[in-house]
Amino acid sequence: MLDISSHDVVIVGGGGAGLRAAIAVAETDPLISVAVISKVYPMRSHTVAAEGGAAGVRLDDDSFDQHAYDTVSGGDWLCDQDAVEAFVKEAPLELMRLEHWGCPWSREPDGRIAVRPFGGMRTTRTWFAADETGFHLLHTLFQTSLKYDSVTRYDEYFVTTLLVDDGRVQGVVAIELTTGKVQAVTAKAVILCTGGCGRIFRYTTNAAIKTGDGMALAYRAGAPLKDMEFVQYHPTGLPFTGILISEAARAEGGHLLNKDGYRYLQDYDLGKPELTPVLRSMELGPRDRLSQAFIREQHKGRTVEGPYGPVVYLDLRHLGEKTISTKLPFVRELCLKYENIDPVTQLIPVRPVVHYMMGGVHTDMNGATPLPGLYAAGEAACVSINGANRLGSNSLPELLVFGARAGRAASAYAADQPPPSRRLLAGALEEEARLNDHYLQKRGGRERIADLREEMQRIMEHSVGIYRSGESLTGAADKLHELQERSCDVHLDDRGRLFNTELISALELSFMLEIAETMAQAAMERTESRGAHQRTDYPARNDENFLTHSLAYRDAAGRPQVEYIPVTITRWPPAERVYGREPPNGE
Amino acid sequence: MASRITIEVTRYNPARDPEPRMTSYEVPLHREWVVLDALNCIKDHLDGSLTFRWSCRMGVCGSCGMMINGVPKLACATFLSDYAPGPVRVEPMRHFPILRDLVVDTSDFLMKLARSKPWIIRTVEKPADEEHIQTPAQLEEYRQFSMCINCLLCYAACPIYGLDPQFTGPAAIALAQRYNMDSRDEGASERLDSLSNREGIWGCMFVGECTQVCPKHVDPAGAIQQYKLTAATEWLKAMVLPRGAK
Repeated sequence: MLDISSHDVVIVGGGGAGLRAAIAVAETDPLISVAVISKVYPMRSHTVAAEGGAAGVRLDDDSFDQHAYDTVSGGDWLCDQDAVEAFVKEAPLELMRLEHWGCPWSREPDGRIAVRPFGGMRTTRTWFAADETGFHLLHTLFQTSLKYDSVTRYDEYFVTTLLVDDGRVQGVVAIELTTGKVQAVTAKAVILCTGGCGRIFRYTTNAAIKTGDGMALAYRAGAPLKDMEFVQYHPTGLPFTGILISEAARAEGGHLLNKDGYRYLQDYDLGKPELTPVLRSMELGPRDRLSQAFIREQHKGRTVEGPYGPVVYLDLRHLGEKTISTKLPFVRELCLKYENIDPVTQLIPVRPVVHYMMGGVHTDMNGATPLPGLYAAGEAACVSINGANRLGSNSLPELLVFGARAGRAASAYAADQPPPSRRLLAGALEEEARLNDHYLQKRGGRERIADLREEMQRIMEHSVGIYRSGESLTGAADKLHELQERSCDVHLDDRGRLFNTELISALELSFMLEIAETMAQAAMERTESRGAHQRTDYPARNDENFLTHSLAYRDAAGRPQVEYIPVTITRWPPAERVYGREPPNGE
Repeated sequence: MASRITIEVTRYNPARDPEPRMTSYEVPLHREWVVLDALNCIKDHLDGSLTFRWSCRMGVCGSCGMMINGVPKLACATFLSDYAPGPVRVEPMRHFPILRDLVVDTSDFLMKLARSKPWIIRTVEKPADEEHIQTPAQLEEYRQFSMCINCLLCYAACPIYGLDPQFTGPAAIALAQRYNMDSRDEGASERLDSLSNREGIWGCMFVGECTQVCPKHVDPAGAIQQYKLTAATEWLKAMVLPRGAK
């Protein structure tokens, strides 16, 4: 049954980071054989759902230093500043490459690429393609990737484990969905570009496929996960579906209103309400602060009770139909199609929903993990340029800059490696046996995937939400570990080989539980508040003890052990994070 | 509103079943539920072996195209309540081989897409830090065609594709035309080599069903008619000018 194929570089995930990495490998040397293995056709990847835009310095009054400072302060000083400096320099070049590849960037009347304001950014530097920037970016990358003959695609293959031998990652084992066949793909280097894991939570903007596969693969193979306690809630998701209403809606001038029609953000040190948007102020504050303000407003009884919990309103009515239809067409379409609301005349009910993982597989600036042969890029990775809170429109340039860097670094590494070990075959056969014994040919099994998933989401919502405490977190990791054990007793209705999506769901659930446990543990151990990690029992930032990245390693018992490494500070020493008013030092 | 609704779904496992059959399930009818929610409810609680693709559930990833009461639609963007009191009939997209239940084999489209060279072709590249000037009017020339999410509802709707699977089909032609109309591109004549034959653009009889079902208002039918004009122009140029001249 087992099939074997071989490539120089294998990329897991065909979203923005994976495709950018594949093109980087192909452009390094057309003789390097590169494979893109994805559980969905690449253009289905979740990059497709990014709406607002991509940040890169563009205007004369802007500078790399300003973009870097916004990013570092937005990240509450947990960003590695050397990585941020490289990122802001390369971001405009990467965005320009996309322009050359055909990305339909929105334009100024004179034909030059336009930029828009965005939350937490002090000047306009966000490139956009209407409000479907991720969609256009992904399709441009995918269509461009088709011209490189050295790229082989494994569409609809689900990777179940990494092949490690002699301390080096040397390939993957995957299930071909169409046939159910197990395939070993050997490689001299593997790049994980599998995105985030928002599906660990009940209310999320994330697509069904965002189950943290790459993070779990790396963690099980021995690589640490970094800063997993930092989970970004986007302040404006639709209440039932969690569908994202882009920050671009606020950048164009949308207001957030409580049940009294009051712009409540003014009560939370985010500046004073003005009629037109003010950068780094009010609705253009950073996402963590806006989501936290929602919870505090809820506690004051000033949110609106809806069928899916409390909501506030996003008001776009004053922008007028023309602006909404040209700058925010997708927002309007989503409201009309999924909420039966027209934002031209009606208020949009919104609530904070899980959106992005600042944490991920620990990598250096070239995407390399501590495990030789293993690289990661995009949301699956943590470099870290996002620190404790990512700024809107930094993730698209991040996946381009670090996807390309990882592709180049993996190419260089692969050139010096010997052919894959013969012992890999045994590892692949073992994995095939595990899949049969634990799932397809197992007798009995009492647990249902959906029940375990809901239980996990309940635990996460209760313990690792917008505000956490020692009390809410106590026992969370243990309960998640217990669920992992129960998941071994899962019952599959589907024991067939062909396109077995239930088997994939079971494997994804196990991946998610693994990662959820690291989040709960890292959140428990970080006894301070910083960015998206807010502890009610430790409300202040503690630079003395926690200007550090957490690293969660999986121990022999399968439990996370958390260690810390210092944050790299180059030019911006930790300072107060200020929005809506002048900073004390005039920075 | 009735509190429950019946969904009739195609079940088919080619490894076991001689042919597809319909199976009925009863699910809650919530006001905000779309057909995809009903399918997930069946999979989570009634029968975990029901097989379908889905991902973004916001109409942009293009995974969940299906026939709903005989019309190609995205399951995530089709409210159950629009079909009350039911039943709702959910079948795999027409004109594609069925892999399992509601999942069809779309590899044919991927091959045709690659063949239509959907990337910018230029003789001279711009320097890395220099942009092409493209006015909003020039962007508007191709923007509509660039909105294709590859959901393939247009193939399920196209009677020509149903009769002749060799036909390149609406989305792949629209995407080729998207690049032809892009002011940055110089590849129109190169693309013609693969598209200017009966299986390419000339197979289209302008039935227009593709444009009717497109969830992103791409208007593939319009793109194909435009392409025929492009093809004729390029052909004339090739007759008058020596090969390679613009």
